[in-house]
Amino acid sequence: MTPNLTSNMTSRPYREHSTESLLSPAERGVMGVLGLAALTLSLRGNALERLLLGAVGVGLAGMAATGTNPLATALKIRQNEEGDTLVSDAITIGQPPEQLYAIWRDLTNLPLLMRHLKAVELLDERRSRWTVPGPVGDVSWEAELTADEPGRRIAWRSLPGASIQNSGEVLFLPAPGDRGTEIRVNLAYHAPGGTTGAVIARLTGQEPSQQLRDDLLRFKREQELGFAPTTQGQSSGRAAQNGHYRQAQDHAPRTAGEAGRNA
Amino acid sequence: MKAVVWQHTNKMGVERVPDPTLLLSTDAIVRVTSTAICGSDLHLLDGYIPGMERGDIVGHEFMGEVVEVGRDVRRVRVGDRVVVPFNLACGVCDPCRRGLFSACDNSNPAPNARTVEALYGAMSPSGLFGYTHLFGGYAGGQAQFVRVPFADVGCFKIESDLRDEQVLFLTDIFPTGYQAAEQCGIVPGRDVVAVFGAGPVGQFAARSALMLGAAHVIVVDRVPERLSMAEAAGCQTINYEKEDVLVALRDATGGRGPDHVIDAVGLEAHGHGPGALLDTAEQKMRMSFDRITAVRWAILSCAKGGTVSMAGVYAGLVDKFPLGAAFGKGLVFRMGQTHTHRYVIPLLERIEAGQIDPSFVITHRASLDEAPELYKTFRDKKDGCIKVVLDPWGQPGQVHKV
Repeated sequence: MTPNLTSNMTSRPYREHSTESLLSPAERGVMGVLGLAALTLSLRGNALERLLLGAVGVGLAGMAATGTNPLATALKIRQNEEGDTLVSDAITIGQPPEQLYAIWRDLTNLPLLMRHLKAVELLDERRSRWTVPGPVGDVSWEAELTADEPGRRIAWRSLPGASIQNSGEVLFLPAPGDRGTEIRVNLAYHAPGGTTGAVIARLTGQEPSQQLRDDLLRFKREQELGFAPTTQGQSSGRAAQNGHYRQAQDHAPRTAGEAGRNA
Repeated sequence: MKAVVWQHTNKMGVERVPDPTLLLSTDAIVRVTSTAICGSDLHLLDGYIPGMERGDIVGHEFMGEVVEVGRDVRRVRVGDRVVVPFNLACGVCDPCRRGLFSACDNSNPAPNARTVEALYGAMSPSGLFGYTHLFGGYAGGQAQFVRVPFADVGCFKIESDLRDEQVLFLTDIFPTGYQAAEQCGIVPGRDVVAVFGAGPVGQFAARSALMLGAAHVIVVDRVPERLSMAEAAGCQTINYEKEDVLVALRDATGGRGPDHVIDAVGLEAHGHGPGALLDTAEQKMRMSFDRITAVRWAILSCAKGGTVSMAGVYAGLVDKFPLGAAFGKGLVFRMGQTHTHRYVIPLLERIEAGQIDPSFVITHRASLDEAPELYKTFRDKKDGCIKVVLDPWGQPGQVHKV
C-alpha cells in the first residue's frame, strides 16, 4: 500500500519561466572581461581576425551589459526567476496510468528509468538518497516527496545542502481514446555554470532535456514491448575488422518493465 | 559470412563479417536465400542519405529460412520459409495497432530516435533494415544471414510452392507500388492514373492501378526498356525527353489532366527546366538532399480535386514547390513509407490467385559478389537493368541477364 502522503497538500504550481535566459552576476562579470579582451585583441591582426574577434567581443559585452544569454534563448533553454534551468517533456504510453504510476512511485526503480541515475535509496516514507556518477566520483543528495497523488502525480525536491539543487514532478494523465497514458515530466535544476553550463551541456549532448527524452523513449518501449530494441553487438564490417565476435544471448536484458510487472 | 557493406559514398563492397547472433529473445536469424537491390539503396550509394557508417551491412529486400529463434518468439519456427518487410514494426504501439507499421513508435532505438525527432518535429518513424543509423542502423539482408528483430511481427511464412522470385518483392517494391496506387482512391472504370518513374516501384504502381480498376494508366519515364515493360502491362507511355510531359498528359486526358498522379521517383529525379537545374546545383553543393522535378510535374499535371500519391523517398527540405497550384486545384496529398506488413498477406493472395507474377520486373540475376558492380549498372541504367536479384550462396563471377 502506497502511503498517501500529500494528496491533500497544496501542490506548488510550477513557476512560469521567463522568456529570456538570465545570467548570474558572476557570469556577467566573466563575460564582460572576456568581451573587453576580445575587443582589445580585435584592434590587431588581419581583417578576418579583427572582424571575428570584434564580433565575439561585441557579443560577450552585450551579454554582460544586458545580463541575458541569447545563445541559451536561441536553444530554448528555459529558466525560472531563481536561475534554475527548467526541463520538461511528455510521451504517450499504451498502458493505464495506475500501472505507470506504481512503477514510478517505487523510487528504487528510478535508476532503471533514468540511465544517468546510479541509485536511489529510501531513507523513510518521505526521504530518499539519490546518487549520480560525477567526473570525480559519485555525487549524492537527499530528496523528499512533496506530493503523491496515486495514479496521477508524484513530486519531489532536493533537501537543503544538496550538491545539485533540483526538483521535479511526474504527471500521469489518461490519454484520449484507448491510447493509454500521457506522461509529463517537469524538472528544475541549478545547472553548474549557469546558462553557460547549460548551453555547453546542450551542445555536447549531456544535457538533462536530452537525457530525459531518451529515458522517456526507453520507458515507453519497456512498458509497451517489455524490452528495449537494440543493435548493440550486431554484425558489421567494423566488427570483422576488429576481430570482434559476440556470443549469442538468449535473454532480454532486465528492464524497468520487468521490474514493474514483478513488483 | 559474406555481406554487402557500405564503405563510403560511391563504394559498396563485399566483405567477410561475423555471423549475426540473437541479441534479444524476440529475434530470429534467417538464412537468406534471395535478396535484391532496391532503388532506395542507390540513395545510400550516392551519399544522399546521412547517417551511414563504414562497414554497415545494407539491403532491405530479402527472404529465406529461419535457422534460429529467441526464446520469446512464438509464431515462427526454425525451418519456416519467410519473407521479411523492409521496415521493422513492434506490432503493439498505437501506430502499429492502426496498421501504420512504417510509423512504429518503438523500433528505432534511442538515441537515434531522438535525432530523427529533432529533424521531423515528431516521434521517429520505424527502424529500417540496412538503411542509415537515423533509422536504427539495423544490419541489412544483402548477406548470407540476417538478424530479424521483432520476428513474430516481421516474418511472414510462405507455405505455397511459389518460387523466391515470385514472393521476394512482397518485402518492399510490390507493396510500395501497391500502396501508392491504393492511396489514390481509384474509382474503377472511371479514373485515369499517371505514374512518374518506370523503375521497379513505378512498374508495380502501374500494374496495381490497373488491378484496382483504373480506366487508363499512363507511365512517364525516359528509359526505353522501362517504357516497354510498362507497355507490356497495357499502359500508355510518355518519354519526357521526347515530349513536353505536361502537354502530353493534358492531350492524353482530354485537357483534364490525370485524376491521380503517382510519384515513383523520389529524391534523385532527373528532368529539365530551371527548377531541375537549381535542384541539381543545390544538391551538388550539399545545400539540399532532394531533387523534386517529379513532384512538381505531378502537381502541375494533376486534375482538379485529384490525388498526388508519393512513393518515392524524400529526405529533407524542398523549395520551389508549386504550392499555389496544389491549393488552387484542391489536390489531396498521400505519401509515406510503405506500411509493408499490412499488404504482405493480401498481395500474396493475389500472387497465389495468378493475378500478378512479380518476377516480371527482374532483369539481372547474380551472386552476392557481383553486388557492387550491379549497384552501378542499376544506378546508371546500363545493360537494360531494371531489377537485380542476388543469390547469397551462388558462385561468384556470373551475371545472368534475363
